[in-house]
Amino acid sequence: MIEVIDAERCTSCDICVNVCPTNVFDKTEGIPVIARQGDCQTCFLCELYCPEDALYVSPYAEEPRPTDVVALRQTAALGSYRRAVGWTDETRDLRGIDRSYLLFGH
Amino acid sequence: MTVHERRAEQRTAPGGSVEFDADVLVIGGGPAGTWAAVSAAERGARVVLADKGFCGTSGATAAAGTGVWYVDPKPALREAAMANREKMGGHLQDRRWMARVLDQTYEDSNRLAAWGYPYPVDDTGTSQRNSLQGPEYMRLMRKRTKQAGVTILDHSPALELLVDDDGSVAGASGVRRQKHDRWIVRAKAVVIATGGCAFLSKTLGSNVLTGDGYLMAAEVGAEFSSMEFSNPYAISPAFGSVTKTLFYGWATFSYEDGSVVPGAASKGGRSAIARALLQGPVYARLDKADDDVQRHMRASQPNFFLPFDRTGIDPFRERFSVTLRLEGTVRGTGGLRIVDDSCATSVPGLYAAGDAATRELICGGFTGGGSHNAAWAMSSGTWAGWGAAGYARQLGPARQRRLASAGTVAFRSKAGRAFEPATLTKAVQDEVYPYELNYFRHASRLESALERLDAAWVDASSADAASKDDLLRARESAAMLATSRWMYRSALARNESRGMHRRDDYPYQDDRQRHYVTSGGLDEVWTTVRPHADASYSEAAE
Ligand SMILES: Cc1cc2nc3c(=O)[nH]c(=O)nc-3n(C[C@H](O)[C@H](O)[C@H](O)COP(=O)(O)OP(=O)(O)OC[C@H]3O[C@@H](n4cnc5c(N)ncnc54)[C@H](O)[C@@H]3O)c2cc1C
Ligand code: SF4
Ligand code: SF4
Repeated sequence: MIEVIDAERCTSCDICVNVCPTNVFDKTEGIPVIARQGDCQTCFLCELYCPEDALYVSPYAEEPRPTDVVALRQTAALGSYRRAVGWTDETRDLRGIDRSYLLFGH
Repeated sequence: MTVHERRAEQRTAPGGSVEFDADVLVIGGGPAGTWAAVSAAERGARVVLADKGFCGTSGATAAAGTGVWYVDPKPALREAAMANREKMGGHLQDRRWMARVLDQTYEDSNRLAAWGYPYPVDDTGTSQRNSLQGPEYMRLMRKRTKQAGVTILDHSPALELLVDDDGSVAGASGVRRQKHDRWIVRAKAVVIATGGCAFLSKTLGSNVLTGDGYLMAAEVGAEFSSMEFSNPYAISPAFGSVTKTLFYGWATFSYEDGSVVPGAASKGGRSAIARALLQGPVYARLDKADDDVQRHMRASQPNFFLPFDRTGIDPFRERFSVTLRLEGTVRGTGGLRIVDDSCATSVPGLYAAGDAATRELICGGFTGGGSHNAAWAMSSGTWAGWGAAGYARQLGPARQRRLASAGTVAFRSKAGRAFEPATLTKAVQDEVYPYELNYFRHASRLESALERLDAAWVDASSADAASKDDLLRARESAAMLATSRWMYRSALARNESRGMHRRDDYPYQDDRQRHYVTSGGLDEVWTTVRPHADASYSEAAE
């Protein structure tokens, strides 16, 4: 489930509010809030669309797992999914490296 | 660059609502809905697309990504592709439909390439087109949908259809969740592309898929087909949501004590995993993947690894506990019955595409996951879009039609007893999740589940209208309830095991039941059987 909006990185662009398919976030005057965490379907898509890598979705789908943002910043987790699919400038070559065709029919 | 000047018109509407006039309304913005919208717009229709979530991230494909049934148009390859799953599907597929889906998928995929989808190129320099990355694909489809002149309503679930005096479908209405108001779209034709129903099981990307389109269509009298093929379960880490199963082909499954679960496999041995899970925890380790395969896996499905990387598990070396999540008609094959090549349903003005429609024609009773469903979503979407645009054109200039709302359950005030969506959802899940009820079926267990589900329907349909804030959840829970009843009624009508439908009391396939089960109805759920196309042809030839 979505656990973290990093207030230091977030620029209040509200993209996450728009793109979350289950409408988990609410706009505010400042940075958005996680208003309906229980509706989160752990799809990780908000992370892909956040231009600032300010979001962290915990992989635990069934229950909240409060996550410490300071500790998180020490890891490579923030933005890791976005980098892996090639949606950052530095990693855009990764967009075309799908090797599924070598794995199908196993 | 084509210019599409025909856009849906926004009309002035009373406070608290927005209204549009369109030729075609598409409900749902996954692959099926976006292909339908683009295709209808390219035929000159004014199109509105309404999605419950955000068109581009919502639905099973956006979150998961899909292998695609893309086969080069060489006769031998096409023949092999069609023959491949026929036995597993219980020979309920239809060759003519398989051939046309392969053709259309080939064309649509080539259009995706022309639109800039970054297909990978293999060592021989060939572009490989049998896999689509979900976020990438659906971001592109949103862009193309907008460029085609379609008006997109995000966070705007449809809640009920509108019908005219003859009972033809003439639009829909719903809510705009972020604007806290209502939308109404008057349209000459409607495409239902709301996906399947996965009963909020948290299978990847599917919590928006609660069978809403089925309920709305049933309220105007539409029929369903193959709803007994609605019980695929997908493997995921027990704690997680990533139900991507391809890589479990390299897994060894074991019990708590480390011994191997006999017969357990992702393909052709999933029931052994279900039986073991009835006894206790089951673990997996992807220990059959060599270094090359591991590299390809990481490159191909980055999201598969998120649950592991974020919990510090090395899935190739360490065991992790797994579960099976119900996917209902998302990776099952049941859905709205379509009656012709344009994916029309049995109700005038109403079309169905993608998981909302039955995939029996190309999948039979076996799962369409892994390739066929994705091919079906784009092909049926394309056809439904063309069909709906053609129907709208033939209807001619908008005459003033008197429209009525078709919604029933959760809309009408009755008993002075509150509608409780959360309680109802839980009650439905309790009947459809358990492996002993749904994976391994038996007449006596199905019958008692149906008794409880029918009673729940009587309750729900006589409860008070849901409050404004509860309406979406109320309709979702009612849709899941209705879906479960078509599923189990159809399961009882098939007294054999075929495809994914497995009856403990009829463990074998019965050649005399090579037919389709049609179902429908809300207060009274009914089933009948229809012959398979081969049977009708041979009769006609007699
Ligand atoms: C984990 C997973 C992996 C899969 N892998 C494969 C694969 O490899 N190959 C394959 O062929 N298939 C695969 N599938 C199946 C495939 O994803 C679906 O068949 C495909 O997404 C169907 O497309 P669709 O457009 O019909 O539905 P979806 O993509 O599910 O989209 C439905 C849309 O309808 C919207 N909606 C729902 N209710 C309403 C409402 N009331 N009002 C408005 N909008 C609504 C939703 O928000 C959503 O955007 C997989 C499925 C899952 C869950
Ligand atoms: S998308 Fe990222 S930067 Fe934008 S509001 Fe959301 S968290 Fe903040
Ligand atoms: S993980 Fe998915 S459902 Fe959860 S907040 Fe992010 S986008 Fe929304």
